[in-house]
Amino acid sequence: MAKNLEVIEQSTNKLTLAQRQQKKPKKKKNKLKAVWMYTLLSIFLVVSIFPFYWMFIGATNDSSKMFTNPPTLLPGDQFMTNLTNLNESIGIFRVLFNSLFVSGLYVVIALAVCASAAYVLAKYNFKGKKFIFTAFLLSMMIPYQATLIPLFQMMSDFNLLNTYFAVIAPQLCFPFAIFLLRQNFLAFPTELMESARLDGASEARIFISIVIPSMRPALAAASIFLFMTQWNNFMWPLVVLNTNDMYTFPVALSSLMGLSYIDYGQVMMGVTLATVPIIAFFLTLQKQFISGMLGSALK
Amino acid sequence: MNRAKRFPYLFAAPAILLFLAFTVYPIIASFVLSFQERVGGEYVFAGLKNYTRLWNDDIFWTAMQNTFIIFVVQVPVMIILAMVLANVLNNQLLKLKGFFRVSFFLPAVTSLVAYSILFSIMLQEEGIINTALSYIGITAIPWLSDPFWAKASIIIAMTWRWTGYNMVIFLAALQNIPEDLYEAASLDGANKFKQFFYITVPQLKPVILFAGILSTIGTLQLFDEPFNLTGGGPADSTMTLGLYIYQSGFEYFDFGYASAIAYAVVVMVGILSIIQFKIAGDD
Repeated sequence: MAKNLEVIEQSTNKLTLAQRQQKKPKKKKNKLKAVWMYTLLSIFLVVSIFPFYWMFIGATNDSSKMFTNPPTLLPGDQFMTNLTNLNESIGIFRVLFNSLFVSGLYVVIALAVCASAAYVLAKYNFKGKKFIFTAFLLSMMIPYQATLIPLFQMMSDFNLLNTYFAVIAPQLCFPFAIFLLRQNFLAFPTELMESARLDGASEARIFISIVIPSMRPALAAASIFLFMTQWNNFMWPLVVLNTNDMYTFPVALSSLMGLSYIDYGQVMMGVTLATVPIIAFFLTLQKQFISGMLGSALK
Repeated sequence: MNRAKRFPYLFAAPAILLFLAFTVYPIIASFVLSFQERVGGEYVFAGLKNYTRLWNDDIFWTAMQNTFIIFVVQVPVMIILAMVLANVLNNQLLKLKGFFRVSFFLPAVTSLVAYSILFSIMLQEEGIINTALSYIGITAIPWLSDPFWAKASIIIAMTWRWTGYNMVIFLAALQNIPEDLYEAASLDGANKFKQFFYITVPQLKPVILFAGILSTIGTLQLFDEPFNLTGGGPADSTMTLGLYIYQSGFEYFDFGYASAIAYAVVVMVGILSIIQFKIAGDD
């Protein structure tokens, strides 16, 4: 017994000795590795962040300051001038309103449409279900541009060009959002639905009062995804909108670069205004934002 | 009971109707349109005319080539960078993980138009990027006025915007790889390099496929960047299929021809997706 203990003691001693010997160089190696990692990350950090800083420099300086050598690296005092000029060129408040209104309205309607379809696709059995779901999935492979021209003709035929309706209608049924929401609804316990049914709740009641409240995180992620889709949408609004007062932010910004004289201070102010609210939004709701933008494909 | 049976149809109806009106109908209509041409204000059947014109159209082939070059260079560069960053961020030794993750993701939340314009200003002949390069002894690069560098500009801008996005996808997947796989491998004497290629990469295969397909569809439809960053020039060197569809449709109002180009893109997305599934699904 005592002998056994001795052996164990010896072997543990050996082990710690071996570990001790190994530990020192390993620590050094780790330190070296850390230095290497932080250097790499810092380089990427500068690359990722600098354009944002430069955008801010541009927005607060005169147009010519963006092309000087040595470069202007500090904020200037032209913030108000650039803002006023930008407002004169594109009516910035109207454009902001258009974008927010279109994106907000789109999120509300699209979420209702997609969530209810996703819910029945996940939780009910009915004839044609498989066919409908497959059709939604397949349509995700079709480039948006393949539908562009008939959609334009359709809006033109119904006299709907240059309206908010034309901007939001085509993407209200968004198969990718349906697909993602369905994945989340699948995980909802069917027993809860059954017991509510026994209590006499109608199917719609079950959806609205029981399922929806427990799906908030998924719905939040989907809302952000839909909002970003509409906020960034460029080609379609460019095609259907044709007056300044109806332009969404991306279309208005792009039109600034088409002018014969480009005031870069103004443009940078526009770029800043289009970017800062989204960044603020992102920083406050990071988690939902990332899962929304990745399409919560990987949970 | 009857009501309960009707319920699923009732709830799916808005989505289905919108889908029929704004997705199914346009897809069929543009297919029909691609076989038509306008004669005196009316669209009439023209057989394969649009497609034979497409086959002989230099701009179309230039756009194909540009898209291909951008795709072949940009996607691998971005995926490798994203992979490296994800692996570094996944390291136990690292602090400030959250900070780096958010900072790298930040470019992905900018609007496509806003960042394209920002880059078009930074990349001008006397812009900040050339000024910065002059400090390390590199003479001014004609970013936007030279065919080669214009493509490079688009690739750089896209890589800036999308690397962090893909990194976060990979990071999430890396964290799902069971730790004991690596432990077993290192007991068997596999070094970090081998572990990366024999464990990390195969485990990440579905995610790489996902990122690959998203990027394929994205690149084939590329529009916002060439429209705002280079305008498709110089001399069509950054003309893309998306831009060419727009120009044919809404600058020359040749809807039939634009539809034919769009259908060429549909076919390519299909083929490339099948190839990617085949490559990834060999086990």
